[in-house]
Amino acid sequence: MERSIELRLFASLQRFIPNPEGRCPITPPTRIRDIVERLGIPVEEAKLIFVDGRRGDLNTVLNGGERVGIFPPVGGG
Amino acid sequence: MGGFEPMAAGIEKRAVSAGRADGSSVRLLSSESARRIAEESGVSLRDVEKTALSSGVIPERYVRNFDSLCLDDQKRLMDATVAVVGLGGLGGCVCELLARAGIGHLILIDGDRFEDSNLNRQLLATMDTIGKAKTQVAYDRLQAVNPAVEAILRNGYLSAATATGWLAGASVVVDCLDNLKDRFLLERAAKALEVPMVSAALAGGFGQLMTIYPEDEGLSLVYGPVDTAPEKGAEVHLGTLGFTAALMASLECAEVIKILTGKGEVVRNRLLVMDLWNSRLDILPLQSDVRYGEGGTSCHEDRCPSES
Repeated sequence: MERSIELRLFASLQRFIPNPEGRCPITPPTRIRDIVERLGIPVEEAKLIFVDGRRGDLNTVLNGGERVGIFPPVGGG
Repeated sequence: MGGFEPMAAGIEKRAVSAGRADGSSVRLLSSESARRIAEESGVSLRDVEKTALSSGVIPERYVRNFDSLCLDDQKRLMDATVAVVGLGGLGGCVCELLARAGIGHLILIDGDRFEDSNLNRQLLATMDTIGKAKTQVAYDRLQAVNPAVEAILRNGYLSAATATGWLAGASVVVDCLDNLKDRFLLERAAKALEVPMVSAALAGGFGQLMTIYPEDEGLSLVYGPVDTAPEKGAEVHLGTLGFTAALMASLECAEVIKILTGKGEVVRNRLLVMDLWNSRLDILPLQSDVRYGEGGTSCHEDRCPSES
């Protein structure tokens, strides 16, 4: 059964966003790593991951309906 | 004859009563009066301002800090030493705001000189300062803005060998650097000196900030272990925009003043993220078992006594 998540990509990762709403279809159970790879995001740039306001990682499993935020490393000043 | 007595007498003589918009009344000392008293008594401008505050006289240059800050807060700022590490987009603005707020001592660290590519965001970079050492330009600016601020200049880059020596005496360290390796180096030194560090970073219209106390895990919560962190981040693609740099510098100054006065709530064990293209601000818990709204450290309540 296909479901979807709400994906927010930040800073340099915004160029990988699938659509302006950030809606991303998944077939649960799906790991965040699968989505990152499917969208072509370099894995090392998916530095900080949040799922529904909690810290997640590439191995966090999604069942659909989650809000996922992914941040690259940022160091400018 | 110089010294404390003539200084205190000079302050009493030159202090002027003034009404505030809220109907209250204060005694003020103009910056010109403070300068003259310092000159006549042979004491530092900072000592004049500090003595004035102790007598309930507000140096007029700080009057708009009140009552957001109280006399005790203003004195705390004046007694504080803040190290600003990196004098670029973040650091130049941090210096300016801390000097205006009335921080007594600044340690300014940068080995760089201004160049054209700094002009889009670095307040201290002007046509006249291109090619000049950032520390010297920052010092000249401090003299122009608030000569009561006492500054120590370190015209060089932080290294494992120099870091703790250069930062010694600081009550807070502000990370205004532009690469991850040096940020980790600075964090290590701040922890060794047991002082809090305020850290901000930006890329394009995105900015992030956190405050790290010595016992906190700190930067590795954001970037992963030091040996796996890259040298640079998203700024390689997105550059560094002026409005983001100024905003993140302002947030860093707010953290510094909260730390020094005990007011409000610092962003600790959490990451404040700003996405200026989409007008979003969020504060994210960095520890895996904490959810937004439960995390971080709530500091003291606003404990300013009434100054009436």
